[in-house]
Amino acid sequence: MSTADLTNRLEEAEREWEEQTLNPMLERSPENKERFTTVSLTPVERLYTPNSLPDFDYEAESGFPGQPPYTRGIHATGYRGKLWTMRQFAGFGSAFDTNLRFKYLLEHGQTGLSVAFDLPTLMGFDSDHPFSEGEVGKCGVAISSLADMEVLFDGIPLESVTTSMTINAPASMILAMFLGVAEKQGADWKKLGGTLQNDILKEYIAQKEWIYPPRQAMRLIVDTIEFCTKEVPHFNPVSISGYHIREAGSTALQELAFTLRDGIEYVQYAINHGMDVDDFAPRLSFFFNSHNDFLEEIAKYRAARRIWYRVMKDRFGARNPRSWALRFHTQTAGVSLTAQQPLNNIVRVAIQALAGVLGGTQSLHTDAYDEALALPSDEAALIALRTQQIIAHESGVTNTVDPLGGSYFIEKLTRDMEEGAMEYFRKIDDFGGMVEAIDAGFPQREIQESSYQYQLAVDSKDKIIVGVNEYVMKDQPMGVPLLQIDESTAELQAERLKKLRVERNSARVQNTLKALADGARAGHNTMPLLLDCVREYATLGEMCDALRPVLGEYQEPMF
Amino acid sequence: MAKPGLDGHDRGIKVIARALRDAGMEVIYTGLRQTPEQVVSAAVQEDVDAIGLSILSGAHMTLFPRVVELARQEGLDDVIIFGGGIIPDEDIPLLKALGVTEVFTPGARMEDIVKFIQGRSRRAAVIATETPERVE
Repeated sequence: MSTADLTNRLEEAEREWEEQTLNPMLERSPENKERFTTVSLTPVERLYTPNSLPDFDYEAESGFPGQPPYTRGIHATGYRGKLWTMRQFAGFGSAFDTNLRFKYLLEHGQTGLSVAFDLPTLMGFDSDHPFSEGEVGKCGVAISSLADMEVLFDGIPLESVTTSMTINAPASMILAMFLGVAEKQGADWKKLGGTLQNDILKEYIAQKEWIYPPRQAMRLIVDTIEFCTKEVPHFNPVSISGYHIREAGSTALQELAFTLRDGIEYVQYAINHGMDVDDFAPRLSFFFNSHNDFLEEIAKYRAARRIWYRVMKDRFGARNPRSWALRFHTQTAGVSLTAQQPLNNIVRVAIQALAGVLGGTQSLHTDAYDEALALPSDEAALIALRTQQIIAHESGVTNTVDPLGGSYFIEKLTRDMEEGAMEYFRKIDDFGGMVEAIDAGFPQREIQESSYQYQLAVDSKDKIIVGVNEYVMKDQPMGVPLLQIDESTAELQAERLKKLRVERNSARVQNTLKALADGARAGHNTMPLLLDCVREYATLGEMCDALRPVLGEYQEPMF
Repeated sequence: MAKPGLDGHDRGIKVIARALRDAGMEVIYTGLRQTPEQVVSAAVQEDVDAIGLSILSGAHMTLFPRVVELARQEGLDDVIIFGGGIIPDEDIPLLKALGVTEVFTPGARMEDIVKFIQGRSRRAAVIATETPERVE
């Protein structure tokens, strides 16, 4: 039989099945709902068959792992050669506290570091700034100068561990501090591995931690890409992040589309600055959420690789295969964790982590079960790490590459994700680009609408959340010990900053800060100037403030 | 509705603001990163019945009581002040003792928050009776 005959035969067979088997079954026993949807409220069919994938072309759509279009993964051997990096995000209190947590995690088999900074640091304020009151060390570690960064990495040789830093608006200042510590340790910048989040576009879209306006902030990012390409070649200068877009309430498709479109924007700005795409694109990395809808998430990751390959090759003409291959970090969905019956979160995290692994992630953070209540306790952080180790060593899913490839449903979802993302790209291109779409409030409004629709679905019990709107227990049976962070970090930081300002050479600090502002005004790359400031122990707040008159400040638009 | 402090997590507050609007209330959202002084000043200028605060960063024990204190100094004695966010159970009685009327934690239903305001605020109750039930 020819392919066309086979297709016709299968369609006929499916119709026969509907008449002879399905319809009598539906009459005897109707389905629970009229409409089944993913957590993104995307409709899901009863059954997927080869008929769901007309004209499916294995080589063009799936291909082989390690080869374009990378749908089945970027490594030919999947996890058989190397497991993903188990990278738990950690940070709280002072640099002293977080340094101890890092050492604890490394001792228990964690393979990379990931720094969470507190809100003042994320916003570019020193710990003793009036706006920092009540926030110092609360949701991450407080870092105000190179002196704090030295404590943070004390006893941790930066050449031998890769370090991820979740920082955006003041990312270049924090990168300069990190490189300053490496310099003091005698480490070779050329050997440093790790990732700077440095993704400002998703801040305007979702996480809302900004300092400067978008176009000026994009310039700082291009500076870091240019500097790292030359000086820190194994460091990922940008981690293009969908995580926060999803947490803000987007659908899986919106997360995918807005994140990859942000990636396109960074590549375009760097090219406009005169860089060759193949010089920097291999060092761009991505960061996605893993939510509860297991199969939808797996399709999202597979689609992401295929889309990025096509974008890099067709839109930007990249020639280096390393520019085509999308590498990504995954974190399980903080927003899916419930404060009610918190131990249930261990199960949610395991399912989400498994989706990340089956999606082919390069590194993974598993949330701790107590994170809807507070920052993780030592015990909760350890169980989260153990969850990854159980998936890696006990579940068997690492034995073969992309085990769900070829599933009719997964391939159809992957195809739908790609088509949906391309449609969003067209809309955003029509605005003139992502910066212009952000100015117009387009991605922000799309996310707000999705988050509201989801909340309506939860309130109406169309979506069930165990322990929250169903299976509710009046008396919470599962109390858990929580990590408490008091105001002592704020006091310690205030003292340390006071001492720092007395001991450093003020005239030299002022000179380097002036050189930073002057250089930025003249259009020079800001990274070498920031390194000069850091070496003189200029504070984070001072560096950020020095650039405010040059770059301006972002005012939140109201939508 | 206000977000005091540095926390940028505005998903929850925007969902609640929309639910309150859909229930017929007039809602003023101050935007992110308002000082307690700015929040109370907006409440005075807009002559509000209720102030809703959202914090997910852990700074609620510093910032919620400050808003209450400033509101009382401004004579806003009949303005209800409620809040939400990532707030440990043991902090809730302390916040209530300091003058916060109600605290909504994750999992709270939009409808319950709407009813709370309708039950507490005379003006909102009047609006609720005048607004025909919305059909979605």
